[in-house]
Amino acid sequence: MTDQIMTDRIMTDQIMTDQMMTDQAARTEFHPRWYRERVSTWWWLGEWHYLKFILREVSSLSVAWFVGLTLFQLQALLHGPVAYARFSARLQSPVMIAFNLIAFCFVMFHAITWFNLAPRAMPVRIGGKRVPEFLVAAPNYALWIIVSAFVGWLLLRTP
Amino acid sequence: MTEQSTSERPKGERSTAKPSNEAFFWLLFSAGGVVAAVLIPIQLFLFGLAFPLGWLPQPSYEHVIALARSPLARIYLFVLCSLPLFHWAHRFRFTLYDGLQVKHLNEVIFAFCYGGALLGTAFAAYLLWMI
Repeated sequence: MTDQIMTDRIMTDQIMTDQMMTDQAARTEFHPRWYRERVSTWWWLGEWHYLKFILREVSSLSVAWFVGLTLFQLQALLHGPVAYARFSARLQSPVMIAFNLIAFCFVMFHAITWFNLAPRAMPVRIGGKRVPEFLVAAPNYALWIIVSAFVGWLLLRTP
Repeated sequence: MTEQSTSERPKGERSTAKPSNEAFFWLLFSAGGVVAAVLIPIQLFLFGLAFPLGWLPQPSYEHVIALARSPLARIYLFVLCSLPLFHWAHRFRFTLYDGLQVKHLNEVIFAFCYGGALLGTAFAAYLLWMI
């Protein structure tokens, strides 16, 4: 075959391939979308790990509850002993006790899951080797206990 | 989870998306989480359960307000009231996104959550200034 015919055939092949590829591209527009199941609002009830995740996120509501409570407490303090006494009395109602008990459980859940996650959020390495998770979490717990004891002492001591 | 700490991304991955200030909000969330974890349990236990139920003797008004008035305590209480609110704001925002799949209300949720945290912070600052 002469060079000219070979070149012609190669060029024709190329043009044909281009045409076919363009045809395929044109056809892709009308290809149906891949089916993706819509995620239900209740997806988190499916597994314990999902539920644990959502519980941890919901614990933030208890954190906000505590801040709200503290702000009202500070406001009562600002308004004098009578207002503060009224605030303390309101805290004794069964509804408030129930809310505070639930909030306390959630806040404890938050604290424990938070400290247990600390070594994962901040991997500590000494000399290239990963420090075991317990050794990173333990100082957090120690700080928690020491600070709590101090605050408790401050509030409970009779000057 | 939508929120990603920097340690969860593969090392060396460069983001081609436009830079977001997500890291700032995550930092606030993180700080608030530490404060909430360390400082809230004892105070919630004492003021929410132990004192109202009579498990422990309740401190007098004079004692509490004297404690609250000291400068260190004011700073402590401000941090205690402000940072956990930002922790809540960030977490609640993503709970609404991921948990309840309410993605179409992005701006409203954002304003409600962080706006609420800002309001609480402002109120705390006011109270602690006046006390």
